[in-house]
Amino acid sequence: MVVIFYLSSAVAVAATILAVTRVGVVHALLYLIASLLAVAILFFTLGAPFAAALEVIIYAGAIMVLFVFVVMMLNLGERALAQEKAWLRPRVWIGPGLLALVLLGESLYVIGQGAHTPYRVAVTGPEAVGATLYGPYALAVELASLVLLAGLVGAFHLGRHALHGGPRDGERPQ
Amino acid sequence: MGRRGEGKPVSSLAQGLANAFGILVGLLGLAAGLIWVERRLLALWQDRYGPNRVGPFGLLQVVADMIKIFFKDDWVPPFADAPVFVLAPMVIVLSTLGAFAVVPLAPGIGVSDLNIGLLFFLAMSSLGVYSVILAGWASNNKYALLGALRGAAQMLSYEVFMGLALMGVVLEAGTFDLRSIVIAQRHLWYCVPQFFGLVVFVVAGIAEARRLPFDLPEAEAELVAGFHTEYSGLKFGLFFVGEYIGIIVISAMIATLFFGGWLGPGLPPIAWFLVKVAVGIAFFILLRASLPRPRYDQLMAYGWKVMLPVALANLAVTGAVVVARAGGG
Repeated sequence: MVVIFYLSSAVAVAATILAVTRVGVVHALLYLIASLLAVAILFFTLGAPFAAALEVIIYAGAIMVLFVFVVMMLNLGERALAQEKAWLRPRVWIGPGLLALVLLGESLYVIGQGAHTPYRVAVTGPEAVGATLYGPYALAVELASLVLLAGLVGAFHLGRHALHGGPRDGERPQ
Repeated sequence: MGRRGEGKPVSSLAQGLANAFGILVGLLGLAAGLIWVERRLLALWQDRYGPNRVGPFGLLQVVADMIKIFFKDDWVPPFADAPVFVLAPMVIVLSTLGAFAVVPLAPGIGVSDLNIGLLFFLAMSSLGVYSVILAGWASNNKYALLGALRGAAQMLSYEVFMGLALMGVVLEAGTFDLRSIVIAQRHLWYCVPQFFGLVVFVVAGIAEARRLPFDLPEAEAELVAGFHTEYSGLKFGLFFVGEYIGIIVISAMIATLFFGGWLGPGLPPIAWFLVKVAVGIAFFILLRASLPRPRYDQLMAYGWKVMLPVALANLAVTGAVVVARAGGG
């Protein structure tokens, strides 16, 4: 399990770096999906199979599909690629690189101190997750559901005007 | 958890490997054989002969088809995005094979007893969407792209009802572990108390497997061949095999979750399981033989306006019954 943990951590880091640096949007998204799957395996090795399954179902299986879907609808061509290349000049990397360097230094320092929690596996089943969510974290669940409700109402509002003589599919709103 | 009962966990490494390898070979063989089974059954229901020239009853038609597919030029169109184009057919086969890993065939037979088996199945089937989307996008062909867009919307929508329909079973059994779910059906198969869950799951399963009548991502009458228009040879073969494994997986899940898996009188457990899966597969093929394809907006409206309320109502009623039963002792 320890080997799998470090292997999938390496995959996650590499895939994330590639997701940031790729020029083609779909390729970048594919690396992001690989990174999410690697994180799911990390959760699994840390004894959280429920979180791992949700990571795959929700993030990799639903949200990223929508991302790819939107990219396909926009159907960005060669021009977008050229623009992306122009934006991703080496000069752009200096700022984020410096910030990431600070974080890297911090994490190296923390690891050097030996203050990290030791690697251990305590499997948390789905029942335990559910009991905790609807026990001490009920307020957070309710808040999240409020946000989702707001999103639902917004989507309904945006989709509604086609019914009342507004612009139909394919027409440009005035 | 902990209610393993007669379902012995697969123990030693060698036994586990033999188990997994046997299931893999059996599954791939079955998927190939289904090509013949489907064509013969379709012919039977449509009052014609079907393949009957190669070998006894046309059985060797499978071999002939495979030889043809193997020797076709394995071609990537010059306008396609090559790496993604090659990746897409692999995704469908890997995700459907992965989903089968958690199916308990009989006591002691099964690749893996995961305590989140049902969620793993849902995760794998949600990853299967990528093969359709990526194939359509990488082909750089407008028919393929249209098919992929349809496929993405269809599979994302029906995944929601599929998950919700299964939660009724999870509520009744009190676990995500498929082996425990089968054992929990010892007295009554869930097709009775979870009838609406079964209906929604079957419809969503057909949509997830992109089978007729829900094969709008392919829709050969309007989109050439939809998302796999540009595929030929071995890569097309992978899509083909992936679709058949998908049918087997959905049939196996229907048998496991609603018809008591390997449970049954008389016959050995594995025989009961295979019989139930075979009936499920035959039902899938019968649907293809008898139902016309709906329009795309009908498909989406049917999903969100009929399937979603039914699944939600089923979940709410099941929850109420489970709580009442627990409260009343």
